[in-house]
Amino acid sequence: MPVAIDLTVGPNPFFWEAAAVRTFYQDLAASPVSQVVLGEVVCSKRLPFWQDEIAQATDALLLAGKAVAISTLALVTLKRERKATAALAEIGLPVEVNDLTALHSLPKGQAFWVGPLINVYNEGTLRWLVSRGATRVCLPPELPLDSIAVLARLGRELGVAVEVWGHGRLPLAISGRCYHARLHDRAKDNCQFVCGLDPDGREVDTVDSQKFLVVNGVQTLSQSTASMAYQTEALHEAGVTSLRLSPQSDNFIGICSAYAERIAGRITAADLAALLIPHVPGGRLSDGFVRGDFGAHWSGAPATVTESIRHDL
Amino acid sequence: MMELVCPAGTPAALRAAVEAGAQTIYCGFADETNARNFPGLNFDRDEMAAGVAFAHARGSKVLVAINTFPHAGAEAIWHRAIADAETAGADAVILADIGLLAHAAENHPGLRRHLSVQAAAANPDVINFYAEAFGVKRVVLPRVLTVAEIAAINREIDVETEVFVFGGLCVMAEGRCSLSSYATGKSPNMNGVCSPASHVVYAEESGGLTARLGGFTIHRTAKGQPAPYPTLCKGCFTSPSKTGSDQTGHVFEDPASLDATQLIPALAHAGVTALKIEGRQRSRAYVAEVVRSFRAALEAHAAGRPMPEAALAKLSEGQAATTGAYAKTWR
Repeated sequence: MPVAIDLTVGPNPFFWEAAAVRTFYQDLAASPVSQVVLGEVVCSKRLPFWQDEIAQATDALLLAGKAVAISTLALVTLKRERKATAALAEIGLPVEVNDLTALHSLPKGQAFWVGPLINVYNEGTLRWLVSRGATRVCLPPELPLDSIAVLARLGRELGVAVEVWGHGRLPLAISGRCYHARLHDRAKDNCQFVCGLDPDGREVDTVDSQKFLVVNGVQTLSQSTASMAYQTEALHEAGVTSLRLSPQSDNFIGICSAYAERIAGRITAADLAALLIPHVPGGRLSDGFVRGDFGAHWSGAPATVTESIRHDL
Repeated sequence: MMELVCPAGTPAALRAAVEAGAQTIYCGFADETNARNFPGLNFDRDEMAAGVAFAHARGSKVLVAINTFPHAGAEAIWHRAIADAETAGADAVILADIGLLAHAAENHPGLRRHLSVQAAAANPDVINFYAEAFGVKRVVLPRVLTVAEIAAINREIDVETEVFVFGGLCVMAEGRCSLSSYATGKSPNMNGVCSPASHVVYAEESGGLTARLGGFTIHRTAKGQPAPYPTLCKGCFTSPSKTGSDQTGHVFEDPASLDATQLIPALAHAGVTALKIEGRQRSRAYVAEVVRSFRAALEAHAAGRPMPEAALAKLSEGQAATTGAYAKTWR
């Protein structure tokens, strides 16, 4: 049986005030998570407002025994963004690559992590990234359990940690256009940081009032919060090493503890789901992707690996 | 003269595009290996070989798009597609997946490799990375860049660039979008489809026509109004606001299509090698008309004449056209 699953906290996709960021990481240092990824993923314009928190947060997390990495942006276009991406390699932390731009400047032989926004769909890609220095790979949230099982098995062979999106609004798309600014009839260059008004993103419903999506600056997320509450045993059996929990504004530390309880087998999937629903923004969960269904679906039931895939593992 | 790269979803469209003056045609095999995996579309192995022979006999090139992301456990299907493209005589393959690029570079070193727009390579550093790591010779730029940014990229790279000038417009970075699979379970990356027709349902409701995708309402049009296809990111949505000013509208993008005819001189000046027309799902008559129009525009540009005005307006979705991200105000 593979070793027990541990928890990774992904970079905060939202724009919070520096004081909120400070408290968040101070509290996280005392939580039962093993890895934490810091950094700005969505919009380089936000970073000056909170980047001074990163050093202090890193120190506190390292002191508490967490492994810490620093993430790239999801979409690097501007010259200053390219420079900032290259500079991440010199901080002394592993870089979590969420745009392959980082591999242009990352010295060969320097270990790095691969984030969920890199397209790792198959063995060839995983193999290539590991040969280039990847030591931890968070798979794209879109992958079904069959793909996860094949890649986790290869990850074990290659000696690389394979992570799966465990909790959080799903990062569905990234754009050059800022939808948050557009909703306020502003252009991206004159956004006045309106994304900061919505600490979990701004909801975008259908005209029939169905809950659907959330915009967060140039990023589009799911309105539902993806949760692997019912999938922890299946993912463990498949050889997944870590679950990634993506920050949200309400009771995140409690959520980390609840997942730790679930992984340790001290609470059931239904217990965990009941704990989560009052705290996730918008109050809805989903786990469709891992079951090979549409992403917004909430099954409340474990996924299974297709027999032919299981046979080959 | 800049190279015109034209879509062909069928052998008939390929022949029509060549005859209308396309220097280059791109197409794909009839399976999940290409990003326009629609029913009744694309080429079997014999059709591909015949299409390449037809194009080569008339001085045109054929590029084969194998630009989805291979499924774990099923990479052999994609590897076979690359081998078969080479056997058919393709002038290049258009790839997006790192594993597939590495496979092609190692096993088919003589087959030219282009980087698909599905790789969303949006700056000189990442383009140089793909060129160095996998020997990519041309990159299709994502539709998130301004003309000035394209010019700046070309100053810092050695490989060729190809940009979209007409047709459907992705507003998200391509190859990094799971909106379609969030609503339907079918994605561009894994299945080669976006907002697939198999998941679209129309309903006559309250005096209008409602279009739903995977059960999610994408838009509602009044009776008698033209109803655009319900592509998810072109839908009409409502965003509730805490301050009470709810916004209803095309939150992501209007149902417009790209027409950059007027930007041809600027794109040439920016160092772009090739102009690409979207639409492998389109009819051969549509392809022929768009190709003729762009061929005329390129010849006008080469002769120093002004660009023709709005010749293609009636071919655009919903009758509206945009220059998209090429103008900075779009953002």
